[in-house]
Amino acid sequence: MAVIRFLGVALILLLAAGLVHGAAIEVREFDSPVLEERYKSLTASLRCPTCQNQAIDDSDAPVSGDMRDRVYAMLQDGRSDMEIRSHLVERFGDYVLYNPRLEGRTYLLWGLPAGLVVLGGVLVALLVRVRRNASARALSDEERARLDALINRGRKS
Amino acid sequence: MTRRLLLMLPLVGFLVLMLFLYLGLGLNPFHRESKLVQDARQFPAFELSTLEDPERRVDESVMRGEVTLVNVWGEWCPECKREMPQLLDLADRGVRLVGVNWKDTREKGRGFLAEFGDPFAVNVFDPEGDLAFELGVYGAPESFLVDADGVIRYHHTGYISPSDLRDTILPEVEKWQ
Repeated sequence: MAVIRFLGVALILLLAAGLVHGAAIEVREFDSPVLEERYKSLTASLRCPTCQNQAIDDSDAPVSGDMRDRVYAMLQDGRSDMEIRSHLVERFGDYVLYNPRLEGRTYLLWGLPAGLVVLGGVLVALLVRVRRNASARALSDEERARLDALINRGRKS
Repeated sequence: MTRRLLLMLPLVGFLVLMLFLYLGLGLNPFHRESKLVQDARQFPAFELSTLEDPERRVDESVMRGEVTLVNVWGEWCPECKREMPQLLDLADRGVRLVGVNWKDTREKGRGFLAEFGDPFAVNVFDPEGDLAFELGVYGAPESFLVDADGVIRYHHTGYISPSDLRDTILPEVEKWQ
């Protein structure tokens, strides 16, 4: 009984997994697992030009299919990842790159987070220094007398 | 006083971010700058037959000579039907049009032209989408304005409405004459 229930659950899980990956993605043959990994990472990092936010590896749009075909053909041709990316950018524009390239007009984009972290660090350092100086200030005579009085009162009781 | 002003910094930062968000919301999310126009590239090389005659081969030289509007269309594309009156109007005004019949069959493509009119000087038959891929086409209809030297000067994505024709297409044609 338990075995049958286990098999039933396994079947349902398998079907569900199939549903999650609903896009009609072609079956590709690769000569080496390395090539297959490169194909996967390339198609996951290229953005479908007609969709709002989908990589070409899980988009059903016809243009995504054409782009996957091109990536596959160029991989089989022995082209580098860089060449394949530029090939597609030359046709479809920078929009297809999920990671924009580092160039003149993207310095701000890539530099801003690091810049903000540095700025935050400087601010914290400044605040710590200001606080430390404030607490290290010597006591005035009046404050010293009051402190003595407080300590002595504690001793007596 | 300066301490007070310093305390305002986060607010200023927030307002700047809000400004960017506001500007971003005003953008058309379907707009893509065509790489070919940005780089003022030559019309890509190709060699394909025409829709009308399977024996007749044409290449990129068919786009040169005068300002030409290259329109990528297909029988399966409903928006293409809606823009045909505007394209016929353009042809009537003496603008040269070349069609790229994209991922279609000869039969259906010819049927489309018979039904909706044929404003094109010639139609390049591109059933596999090879030429359209070189042009970075991601959905029909798309139009490219090519000048007399074969340089791509303007790119229009989607349906050309009567107001697009008046406000952008005709001025662009004028500009590159």
